[in-house]
Amino acid sequence: MEIDHGTLVAFAKSFGLFYLMVFFAVVLVYACWPSNRDRFDRAKKSILNDEDGPCR
Amino acid sequence: MFGLHYNLERRSIGLAVAIIIVASIGGLVEIAPLFTIDETVEEDPDMRVYTPLELAGRNIYISEGCYACHSQMVRTLRDEVERYGPYSLAVESQYDHPMLWGSKRTGPDLARVGGKYSDAWHVAHLEDPRAVVPQSVMPSYSWLSRNELDREDLDKHLAAMRKVGVPYSDAMIENAPEDAYGQANPDSSRAGGVAERYGEETNIRSFDGDPERVTEMDALVAYLQILGRLTDAAEDQPALDDSELEGE
Amino acid sequence: MISQLTKGERQLALVISIAVAFLGLAMAGGGFGNPLGFHGFIVLLFALGVTFLILSGYFAPEPSPERLKRYYDDPIKVGVILSLIWGVIGMFMGVWVAALLAWPEMTFDAAWASFGRLRPVHTTGVIFGFGGNALIATSFHVMQRTSRARMPDQFSPWFVLLGYNLFCLLAVSGYFIGVTQSKEYAEPEWYADIWLVVVWVTYLVLYMRTLARRQEPHIYVANWYYLAFILVVAMLHIVNNLAIPISLTAAKSYSAFSGVQDAMTQWWYGHNAVAFFLTAGFLGMMYYYLPKRAERPIFSYRLSIVSFWGITFLYMWAGSHHLHYTALPHWVQTLGMTFSVMLLVPSWASAANALLTLNGAWHKVRDDATLRFMMVAAVFYGISTFEGSFLAIRPVNSLSHYTDWTVGHVHAGALGWVALITFGAIYTLAPILWKRQRMYSPALVEVHFWLALAGTLVYVFAMWNSGIIQGLMWRTYNESGTLAYSFVESVEAMHPYYIARTAGGLLFLAGIVVGFYNILMTIRRAPSLEASAAKQDEPVTSGAAPSPVSAGE
Repeated sequence: MEIDHGTLVAFAKSFGLFYLMVFFAVVLVYACWPSNRDRFDRAKKSILNDEDGPCR
Repeated sequence: MFGLHYNLERRSIGLAVAIIIVASIGGLVEIAPLFTIDETVEEDPDMRVYTPLELAGRNIYISEGCYACHSQMVRTLRDEVERYGPYSLAVESQYDHPMLWGSKRTGPDLARVGGKYSDAWHVAHLEDPRAVVPQSVMPSYSWLSRNELDREDLDKHLAAMRKVGVPYSDAMIENAPEDAYGQANPDSSRAGGVAERYGEETNIRSFDGDPERVTEMDALVAYLQILGRLTDAAEDQPALDDSELEGE
Repeated sequence: MISQLTKGERQLALVISIAVAFLGLAMAGGGFGNPLGFHGFIVLLFALGVTFLILSGYFAPEPSPERLKRYYDDPIKVGVILSLIWGVIGMFMGVWVAALLAWPEMTFDAAWASFGRLRPVHTTGVIFGFGGNALIATSFHVMQRTSRARMPDQFSPWFVLLGYNLFCLLAVSGYFIGVTQSKEYAEPEWYADIWLVVVWVTYLVLYMRTLARRQEPHIYVANWYYLAFILVVAMLHIVNNLAIPISLTAAKSYSAFSGVQDAMTQWWYGHNAVAFFLTAGFLGMMYYYLPKRAERPIFSYRLSIVSFWGITFLYMWAGSHHLHYTALPHWVQTLGMTFSVMLLVPSWASAANALLTLNGAWHKVRDDATLRFMMVAAVFYGISTFEGSFLAIRPVNSLSHYTDWTVGHVHAGALGWVALITFGAIYTLAPILWKRQRMYSPALVEVHFWLALAGTLVYVFAMWNSGIIQGLMWRTYNESGTLAYSFVESVEAMHPYYIARTAGGLLFLAGIVVGFYNILMTIRRAPSLEASAAKQDEPVTSGAAPSPVSAGE
């Protein structure tokens, strides 16, 4: 099948919006997933005291 | 221990792959259609290529950074069309590797400057802009008349342009250095070949007024005089209705 | 510094620099009489300089294994100094080209000193020289600290840092002799571009290897931004610079793309260089140094993740807003405009996240100019991203495009956001790196802050005014229905603003000179940490003891 300009443009116009919405849904779910909360909390505090030499 | 380490590595690589995927899809979706765009770019069988002298001039335009202050793109706005001329079409920069549409107008747009002023005006203006336009803030390019144009490797330039898709013939490539000389020396034996290879309408004359030498000034003025004149497509096209020419 | 390298690393460094020297020799010989030959000599001299440096310390004894218990900071120190040197050069060039627009005769009658050749020296000097070195240096710091791990080896950070500066040197020296591809913010020719790819791949591998040494499964979000910066810049750089050189012994090449495709590719690159070089990288800086200096965790970690993916996703679509009303197909322009407006959401999320982090620490912002640098940077980030989305709207763009408004917008971002966050990060970093209790002179930090802020405001207001006047003059009609002003009348009207712009730039330049002096004096004179906390100097591996630096800061 020959991929012509019209097909590519139509794909760009239709798929883009769908992709955008699904993508952001996935990101939001990841960011708000309850079991991630502890990990994020630990991460955000971890940088406040990190000058004490490397662990490895 | 090995298991943990492997897991960590997998996570960071996973993050990297996710970034690449997320970032590249936008570009792909947007740019991919442009590679089939030749189906939508206006056809113009009369579109001619740059002569070796004009190409050398274009390279001087690039080296000197002229594109930083002059655009070559008349937008589809009424005031621009009235100030500069018919708006630019995609086909007009079809052979521009790279394009020089520009992003700033510290000086005016040059897309249609070809033929607007005489060669002598351009030479005087490039030598000392404020002698011609007192309020100008353009640098003077006095060294262009002093420097002999390096024509030796112009055949290589044309060959590289052909590799990226510009239809130069074998004869054009072979004769490039001579053609650059001939175009700036209308009385020389080499002038005839230029018209033969690039068309009767090619500007063949001494652009800097000194036929003895082919200078960088010759090349740059030859380039400026061809801007907007490689094709008549922009003049020929039917006028758009007012709704398509935007802005007031 | 050489004595810190192991014998094996010294040998490797020697082999690589001699290999690079031969490469330079080959370029110099093959391209003799061509700009490529001149660049060959630069490569040769650079590599020989590095070779002698290595030889001078080659026979020093092996470093003690004790060093492995500390972070590896030597390349970070050099990176900070290089960044400031490039900053002073690049900003000086900026003031010069600004002055040339007000007084065009303020130069020499020589090709190298004309506006068109000096301008890319300014842009490359500040973006890649100042900004790039700052990003590399801070990323080396952040990746080690957040991973609680030392870099896996001591050779690759030096290769990345010195290799990158060789690239900058080739770029800048090339402009003076007329070597440029004319692709905005990607001017260097094919051989410099290939070299940068080699350096960049080493950089990515080093970053990934350091991350792989961490203990915690989660990677701190600042690293995400740095990683996006490294990865996407590599992608953009390779695609945008595809070109065919006229021969392997000549500098000139012809871009693989032409016309409308090239326009789209160049601005896909240009806009995303802003996104991933000047935004993502510096956001990484902000997400580490701002909470660190404020001694408060970031306001919302979740929000930082959402805005990270928002920026990574949306920016890619926005490049075409540089090409409104041109020969680019209409639907691509509309797409670019829509995504540019949507970009405001993640951008403001980041700015708000930074400012809300400071909530409850405003007294520190008042007293500490370093933290204030970062606070104002976040404000300017918010302002310039709003302005960016606004300028991307087609009708607004019809007025603003090609005018000084765009220049003003870029400098609101470049001075107000990029440079100020960098200064904040460097002032936070310097005492840590050189183990000082504090900067040599907090008063001079204060002076720098006010010079930088005043310079930015003068510059941006001058350009807003001139840009809007210019845009309006170009489109004004008189009663008889013809254009009211000739182009040159609009040039004349710019004169006072061009003078004001030069003055603003001069203030900003004065600021970085003061800052540079302060950093140098911090290295030489500021009271060292050992003096105050001799006992705590021993690095501890458990993490139980309080950090000596945060106590001393």
